[in-house]
Amino acid sequence: MLDVGEVERLEAEAVNSAKIRQPLYAARKKIFPKRASGQFRRFKWIVMAITLGIYYLTPWLRWDRGPYAPDQAVLVDLANRRFYFFFIEIWPQEFFFVAGLLVMAGIGLFLITSTVGRAWCGYTCPQTVWVDLFLVVERAIEGDRNARIKLDGAPWSVSKMVKRVTKHTVWLLIAVATGGAWIFYFADAPTLLGEVLTGQAAAVAYMTIAVLTATTYIFGGLMREQVCTYMCPWPRIQAAMLDENSLTVTYNDWRGEPRSRHAKKAAAAGESVGDCVDCNACVAVCPMGIDIRDGQQLECITCALCIDACDSVMDKIGRERGLIAYATLNDYNANMALATGDGAHAIEPALVRQPGGRLVEKVAQFHLGKIFRPRTFIYTAVWALIGLAMLYALLTRERLQLNVLHDRNPQFVVLSDGAIRNGYTVKLLNMIPEPRTIRITLVGLQGGAMSAVGAEQMEGETLAVDVEPDRLKSLKIYVRQPRDRVQPGGTTFRFVARDAAGTETASYDANFIAPEASR
Amino acid sequence: MTEKHIDEISGVSTTGHEWDGIRELDNPMPRWWLWTFYATVLWAIGYTVAYPAWPLLTSATKGVLDYSSRGEVKQELAAASAAQEKYIAAIKAKSVDEIEADGSLRDFATAAGAATFRVNCVQCHGSGAQGSPGFPNLNDDEWLWGGSADQIYKTVTHGIRFADDADTRTSEMPAFAEMLSAVQIGDVSAYVASLSGSVSDPAKVEPGAKIYADNCAACHGANAKGNRELGAPDLTDAIWLYGSGERAIAQQVRAPKNGVMPAWGARLGDVKVKELAVYVHSLGGGE
Repeated sequence: MLDVGEVERLEAEAVNSAKIRQPLYAARKKIFPKRASGQFRRFKWIVMAITLGIYYLTPWLRWDRGPYAPDQAVLVDLANRRFYFFFIEIWPQEFFFVAGLLVMAGIGLFLITSTVGRAWCGYTCPQTVWVDLFLVVERAIEGDRNARIKLDGAPWSVSKMVKRVTKHTVWLLIAVATGGAWIFYFADAPTLLGEVLTGQAAAVAYMTIAVLTATTYIFGGLMREQVCTYMCPWPRIQAAMLDENSLTVTYNDWRGEPRSRHAKKAAAAGESVGDCVDCNACVAVCPMGIDIRDGQQLECITCALCIDACDSVMDKIGRERGLIAYATLNDYNANMALATGDGAHAIEPALVRQPGGRLVEKVAQFHLGKIFRPRTFIYTAVWALIGLAMLYALLTRERLQLNVLHDRNPQFVVLSDGAIRNGYTVKLLNMIPEPRTIRITLVGLQGGAMSAVGAEQMEGETLAVDVEPDRLKSLKIYVRQPRDRVQPGGTTFRFVARDAAGTETASYDANFIAPEASR
Repeated sequence: MTEKHIDEISGVSTTGHEWDGIRELDNPMPRWWLWTFYATVLWAIGYTVAYPAWPLLTSATKGVLDYSSRGEVKQELAAASAAQEKYIAAIKAKSVDEIEADGSLRDFATAAGAATFRVNCVQCHGSGAQGSPGFPNLNDDEWLWGGSADQIYKTVTHGIRFADDADTRTSEMPAFAEMLSAVQIGDVSAYVASLSGSVSDPAKVEPGAKIYADNCAACHGANAKGNRELGAPDLTDAIWLYGSGERAIAQQVRAPKNGVMPAWGARLGDVKVKELAVYVHSLGGGE
């Protein structure tokens, strides 16, 4: 076990410090985050592998849909206006499913934020994940924090040049791969890859790659924490999402203060000493360049790397972990009250710490029960309701649809035998990737008869129409009613479409218009 | 000029103006903003060189790219005509029946015919080709001169009773006011009306039938089904070009209207007329 005085003190200053407010428009100070290790860092590696894996590999998954539809599992087919997601195929008019998913994502974000704070920011946001990836590259090439600071301050030399060029080249390669992966969601991935490599892909593909390469390189490599601090609206919105029972990354100053670099000397002098040894490890690892000990702040993305850094120091000096920890405001306030005698005096670590260094029993700790509160129940319920409603809609949706548009001019035609004829534009939507023969019949029009170009006339006044797989077929249908059956002013009837197998039916109520006066 | 003034708190010079003790800091522009501004200036100068820009006495500079919006439209039109060329060549070479047998050619001709119809035909036949008294409805199944695509093609090409076209379809319903008495005209009108509906005085029908046989059957046929060779209408059906009922029939017997349709072959050219024929034939009543 190290003595407190042996803990290496890092020369780290918070770039965005609460104590020294920077003027507006100040030039950015570079941040050189030190590599952290611990449970949260491990968790972040796993999340990074999963999220990047999903992003880069999804377009390459195959899904057999038969000979008439693409076999790419996830495909946004803009040219044909279809969206494929494994077993689901969505037409443009079914876009509400996507809208519903976005609403669910929004409410899910509220739910997550109200329970575990800005977990989205800290673990899964693309900005965080790619900055992490870029930092891996930077560390591999230029070394960890101190080496990078040294390199940054060093005059230009061949070795510095080599390192910088290598770093930016690798960054650009990652950026190109990122932009490149995006376009595969919009076309058959293997074909498009061949086209891109041989220079035969559409201009828009190259433009998309170029734009996303630029944004990935600039946001992930050059701008980094500034994107979160200055460009992203979420840090501002999160304040409304958090409450006193939300977990946030918290510096427990009720046990850390008064901080001291020379705890032994101070203790010997009879001064009270907190757990914080002021080693600045938490500041050095912070990718946002803040000092978490200033309290909760806008810039903090709750990546929890400072927890890892602090925990390893606490382990070294034999103190209990959790000086920096996920804590709720309620617990923090309770412990603060304990340490200050309800605010009667300054923080007195002896009130929360036993002589051996363990924390006293009365210290409030987080337990899972705090997640279950009305607010999270309501979020979960709304989220689940939308999900169930969409699932129901998805399972019961029509794959054969019929739309009918009555001719506007002329509204009806008198034929030579006195019969009345109406014209309709009928649109049949065959929404499955198989060719189908659809039978159209009339219901509720006395003596009604149909004729159409491009349809086969069947027995019993039925039209048989061949519709291509996954396509809309538009045809003009003329409906006539004999003179003695015509009702003055017209009547309503119904077009019924049924597929040949008889499994699916669609119908449409239409008007049959006739002259007002009986002739 | 007002004197230079430095704000004490920020150390930044002010604009020198003061309003009720309030001064405005004269902070410099952010550099990124300035560079963006300079870039737009350069862009603007380049733009005026590349594109038509500077006004001269009678026109403007043309720009090195030689761009004009009229030129662009011209190109687009040329591209459109080039794309239509193969269809137009096929229409030129084929008969209307052959055009209708070819699916994509039929679709092209129908769409093109509809466009031509809206410019040249709607004035008489109406925007839905529904016609009006004196101008036939082209949607129905009654055709004075024949309703096959080829017959429609001939009618549109040469017109009806159109003096300037030698091959025009021609016939004339005589004015019977000088040949028949008013009573006879009333009787024959009653007879004709009885063929497709009820009449005011059934006693008139029988004498009317005799008058019909003597005067009308030659053209309209003994069974009154009409004669397309002469453009003589079927008098037994529900469709009446000049109005139905005894009064309208009597009017047409007494002093008939003989409608004229211009010949379109010489005016629109053969291709457009073929397209028109295909379109009209597709309206639902074609034979």
